[in-house]
Amino acid sequence: MSIPSTAEHHTTTHPALAHHFNDLAQQREAGTLGMWTFLVTEVMFFGGAFTGYAYYRWKFPEAFQAASHHLDIVLGTINTVVLICSSLTMVLAVQGAQRGDRKRLVRFLLLTILLALVFLGIKAFEYHHKWVEGHVPGRYFRWDPQHDGAVSPGGAQLFYSFYFTMTGIHAAHMIIGIGVIGVLVWMALRGRFTPESYGAVENTGLYWHFVDIVWIFLFPLLYLIGRH
Amino acid sequence: MTTIPIDEPRIEQHSNYLTNGYSVKSWLLTTDHKRIALLYLITITLFFFLGGAFAVLIRLDLMTPAGDLMRDETYNKMFTMHGIIMVFFFLIPAVPAVLGNFLIPLMIGARDLAFPRINLLSWYVFVIGGLFTLASVASGGVDTGWTFYTPYSSTYANTHVVLAALGVFITGFSSILTGLNFIVTVHTMRAPGMTWFRLPLFVWANYATSLIMILGTPVLAVTIVLVAIERIFGVGIFDPKLGGDPLLFQHLFWFYSHPAVYIMILPSMGVISELVTCFSRKRIFGYGFVAVSSLLIAVYGFLVWGHHMFVSGQSVYAGMIFSFLSFFVAIPSAIKVFNWTATLYKGSISYQTPMLYVFGFIGLFAIGGLTGLFLATLAVDVHVHDTYFIVAHFHYIMVGGVVMGYLGGIHFWWPKITGRMYPEGWAKLAALIIFVGFNLTFFPQFLLGYLGMPRRYHVYPEEFQILNVMSSAGASILGVGYLLPLVYLFWSLRWGPAAGPNPWAAAGLEWQTSSPPPTENFEKIPIVTQEAYAYSEGSGFPVSPEADYKEGGSPVVHS
Repeated sequence: MSIPSTAEHHTTTHPALAHHFNDLAQQREAGTLGMWTFLVTEVMFFGGAFTGYAYYRWKFPEAFQAASHHLDIVLGTINTVVLICSSLTMVLAVQGAQRGDRKRLVRFLLLTILLALVFLGIKAFEYHHKWVEGHVPGRYFRWDPQHDGAVSPGGAQLFYSFYFTMTGIHAAHMIIGIGVIGVLVWMALRGRFTPESYGAVENTGLYWHFVDIVWIFLFPLLYLIGRH
Repeated sequence: MTTIPIDEPRIEQHSNYLTNGYSVKSWLLTTDHKRIALLYLITITLFFFLGGAFAVLIRLDLMTPAGDLMRDETYNKMFTMHGIIMVFFFLIPAVPAVLGNFLIPLMIGARDLAFPRINLLSWYVFVIGGLFTLASVASGGVDTGWTFYTPYSSTYANTHVVLAALGVFITGFSSILTGLNFIVTVHTMRAPGMTWFRLPLFVWANYATSLIMILGTPVLAVTIVLVAIERIFGVGIFDPKLGGDPLLFQHLFWFYSHPAVYIMILPSMGVISELVTCFSRKRIFGYGFVAVSSLLIAVYGFLVWGHHMFVSGQSVYAGMIFSFLSFFVAIPSAIKVFNWTATLYKGSISYQTPMLYVFGFIGLFAIGGLTGLFLATLAVDVHVHDTYFIVAHFHYIMVGGVVMGYLGGIHFWWPKITGRMYPEGWAKLAALIIFVGFNLTFFPQFLLGYLGMPRRYHVYPEEFQILNVMSSAGASILGVGYLLPLVYLFWSLRWGPAAGPNPWAAAGLEWQTSSPPPTENFEKIPIVTQEAYAYSEGSGFPVSPEADYKEGGSPVVHS
């Protein structure tokens, strides 16, 4: 059996084209699909934690509400705004890459990192405050029914277990994102992105928006229980 | 179509993926999917024999009713380590990470997987996860069972649970990355003309497997994170004493771990589909049904996890619904079995080693699958739950199914991977020994379980001894059967006759390139004009390739 073949491969050689792809379009399609597939796994990962949260909130509704009231809604709101702004700066960075505007790309990537650091700083302050209050679950957890609310201390502790687990995993995703964006800045300064080839910027943007969206779910579920 | 390549069989002198660099670095930093497949092959073989060593100790201990060989705690660790290593470090990666990695790009006419560096990363992640698990073995082992049930695992066990769980957690990412890579590769890297319904069924099976990998594994990951948090910080996520619910753990765990069964069996089913057509010289019967049944198994697999919890305290209604849904999985599985047997019908069947494994698979999978229906039946399950009946059932699927498919695939594609033929006589003998040893090991366990011997006990009433001794005797035969391929496959690397590009006269795309394939798989990317099963009736087969090659001649093609 003879096999007819396509023409010589790599007819359009481009410095950004990996050896195993036929052309940049195929390479970009693979990258985008890869990132979306990865985000599906992330949805399932967070989904497991959300399932646990939903179950225990159903089991301990009063305790979850009482414990939620000890979170700082002002700081939470500020952080939500900060994170949404960082998504905007990310979009603007992608736009810069699209236009081949290196200065704009680098500037907005750095701004995104800055906003992410502000978010993490505020988060760290909130964590510290919880530690001082004795609301970190585990051995040092304190729940005074008279002062903190006459609900099941076990339920309240479960709320904080999920609060720290879910915001902690979210923060870990942000730290990873900051690292990736840092690499993008370094690559951008070396002129690695062109209007035909900036898939890494675009896909990091997708990741960043995902991290943002997770927070959009976390904020009401953790901070706004019973505040309607 | 009538001519079959009859090149002079010899080890190709021109550059192939094995001759492309000999340094350690050229292997450890390779991004070639074929080399990464071999790295996986070596790694999982080591884990297989380590997990097997634990099985040997278990079977030795069960020779006497008093469990004379080891203490109770040691026995708990033995079956735990056997389970963790075999499930997470052999069965789950076996077919996809070795054969899938090697074959998918070849079968779809691509130069590599879509993300070669992520592919290499997934192997390193696998090895790191494995090292964590080995560290937990070396530091005294874990005794929770491979299921890590809470609150025992999170609160009471005094062994290195976190270390072992971390190993499983890390390894999970290797699985996720492999699945992601396969999905993107199948979507974006197919050669011109390779339409979805021309894809080899092995690719369909791995695609369905990849869907489970990316949808299920992250849930296991977050579950392990929650267990680790509970254990390290002493919070009560799953501990009823602190307000938590151990049933939630079981739901999350089985949401992954039941579909994980299909991660193991689906790729082996894909192997069987490839083998059964080649050695029947017939087009696969019902291609579309076999392809879609893989996807259906992947989807249904996510809806049946509650059948592991019939006696765990989930509601009766949940039990009834999960029981009902569990029966549905039998439909796509039966579709496959019936289509394979229909493929055999009026085929020109030849009994080469891979085909022996096909027959082994179909028979043993049928027994394993049908006893699965017993277990999906609520009332019967209450009787045999946590007995050796369960142990026998899932070993029929995992050893009788997965390992048979894996070994059949390894033999079938060995000439493609290495360029050498294995010794056919020895291989047939090994396949026979494995089949006999397997049945002697596990069939008595059905009887033991039905008579009421609980699993995970090593002290048992004396009337169970005969069946247990039979099982242990079978295990020793099975052990010999597994060691044989290890020996003769190594032997064939040096002394095996040269295979030539297509010793089976197979129709798949992977046989249209040289053996071993060049680094980028094809001299030129092929244009695909037909499906992978274009065997015309009675289209000939090189009779006894080994004998012909020994004479140094071309394979004789009967047509």
